[in-house]
Amino acid sequence: MTRSALQTHATASVLGIRHLRKEYRAGVPVLKDINLDIGAEGLTAIIGPSGTGKSTLIRCINRLVDPTSGEIWFEGQDIAKVQGSGLRHIRRRIGMVFQEYNLVERLSVMENILSGRLGYIPVWRAFLRKFPDADITRAFELLDAVGLGADFATRRADKLSGGQRQRVGIARAIMQDPGLVLADEPTSSLDPKTSVEIMELMAEMSARRGIPIVVNIHNVELAKRFAHRVIGMTGGMVVYDGPPDGLGAHHLAEIYGGEDWQ
Amino acid sequence: MSASTLARAAFPPDWTKRFVWIGLAIYTVYAISTLDIDGARIARGMANAARLFDRMFPPNLQPDKLELIKDGMIESIQIAILATFVGVLLSLPMGLAAARNLAPPWVSWTARAIIAVLRSFHPVIVAILFVKAVGFGALAGILALIVSTMGFVSKLFAEVVEEISAKQVEAVRATGASFFAVLIFGVFPQVMARFVGLTVYQFDSNLRNSTMVGIVGGGGIGAPLFTAYQRFDYDVVLTILLIIIGLIMIAEFVSARIRRIFQ
Repeated sequence: MTRSALQTHATASVLGIRHLRKEYRAGVPVLKDINLDIGAEGLTAIIGPSGTGKSTLIRCINRLVDPTSGEIWFEGQDIAKVQGSGLRHIRRRIGMVFQEYNLVERLSVMENILSGRLGYIPVWRAFLRKFPDADITRAFELLDAVGLGADFATRRADKLSGGQRQRVGIARAIMQDPGLVLADEPTSSLDPKTSVEIMELMAEMSARRGIPIVVNIHNVELAKRFAHRVIGMTGGMVVYDGPPDGLGAHHLAEIYGGEDWQ
Repeated sequence: MSASTLARAAFPPDWTKRFVWIGLAIYTVYAISTLDIDGARIARGMANAARLFDRMFPPNLQPDKLELIKDGMIESIQIAILATFVGVLLSLPMGLAAARNLAPPWVSWTARAIIAVLRSFHPVIVAILFVKAVGFGALAGILALIVSTMGFVSKLFAEVVEEISAKQVEAVRATGASFFAVLIFGVFPQVMARFVGLTVYQFDSNLRNSTMVGIVGGGGIGAPLFTAYQRFDYDVVLTILLIIIGLIMIAEFVSARIRRIFQ
């Protein structure tokens, strides 16, 4: 692909992944030649068995994991190799929601949400908790939007239930003012009812705020119910990419192997 | 299979561990046998102890002695406070540098080597060095206790930092926070309570050590205590010992309170 073609492509989509490859041990690729474009809105689900590289793929995008080769186009630049402050500027534009919520347990809910602003403010402000008023106003607004309400603000994160924690995790990601949100198995530690609520919340956030969300999820039913696009991965490769309706039994057999479980 | 073979399969004997325990037991018996402890010696010791305690009572409470003791105690407390404050302040960056999950290997190994040197000597030996270097007085005692504070607090603080949850740190890093912002929001909240605990514990320990550095000229209550011993003023000795015990108990009470606040 020529450079100009790539760039027109990159403006059409929010995220462009080209020939992405990741090896933790030389010669043993976890991701083999991934090519994807993520559009400007909606919820995209990545399904696939455990150990197939879903989590690695998502972590390559915000560079918590460094890719071995390939390109990742985001906001007009290839971010696969950026370092230092360049990398931090990219990271603050990409929110992340984690399987085990990864809230800082001993900080309050408000502090956890505001930590989404750390990439934007000087260190002394972080140290003194002197966040700009606009950030604090927005944090309260988000606290409301994720269904928790202002009286949760001063509660310590370790006093919350799983579902409440994940709501704070989502608020923290949105607080970053992101151009893209990544969610790594956001419902795997939650009960079925809470899982649905969390997926509903993310789909709503995506639709109302126009933020594209990429969700790793191994619950196929949830993926089909909430995503407008499903990407099926197996063995480090994309084997299905299309609307949830198009995902048939033979696709699932290819993704997860065998058919007895269906 | 019978029940006993099943029991053996569930808890297979660990012969290495058994040999270590047996070896330890044999050595303990041998070591006690070389100490030459016999009934006559214990009886003589008891008699000496009785005479010593007899001369200690009642504690000497003469105003001029109390004045002397008061000055010494206040100096000891000041030594402990200053040494703890400066030592802990220096231990914070040292401990972070020594933590292998935060610092690159060359930094953490350098910090670990420095900590090992700081920990090599007993505070009294360090105090002798500082008395030679900066002369008699509280300064030498303060410097000696700063060294021992750094040795203890930075080593244990590094271990605390190494035990933190990497997930919480990763989440803060993923927001685009700089290294220091990650420290402030991802690392410190996880370790501050333990760090305060270490600090309070070390203050306790510095209070005790500050009564001792005076023996070698490092200032504080140690010098009057040592002089009283040498002049056989055992009643003064008892007064000083009782005050030290009282002080340590107060410190214990206060430190428990402080720890609860920072939980």
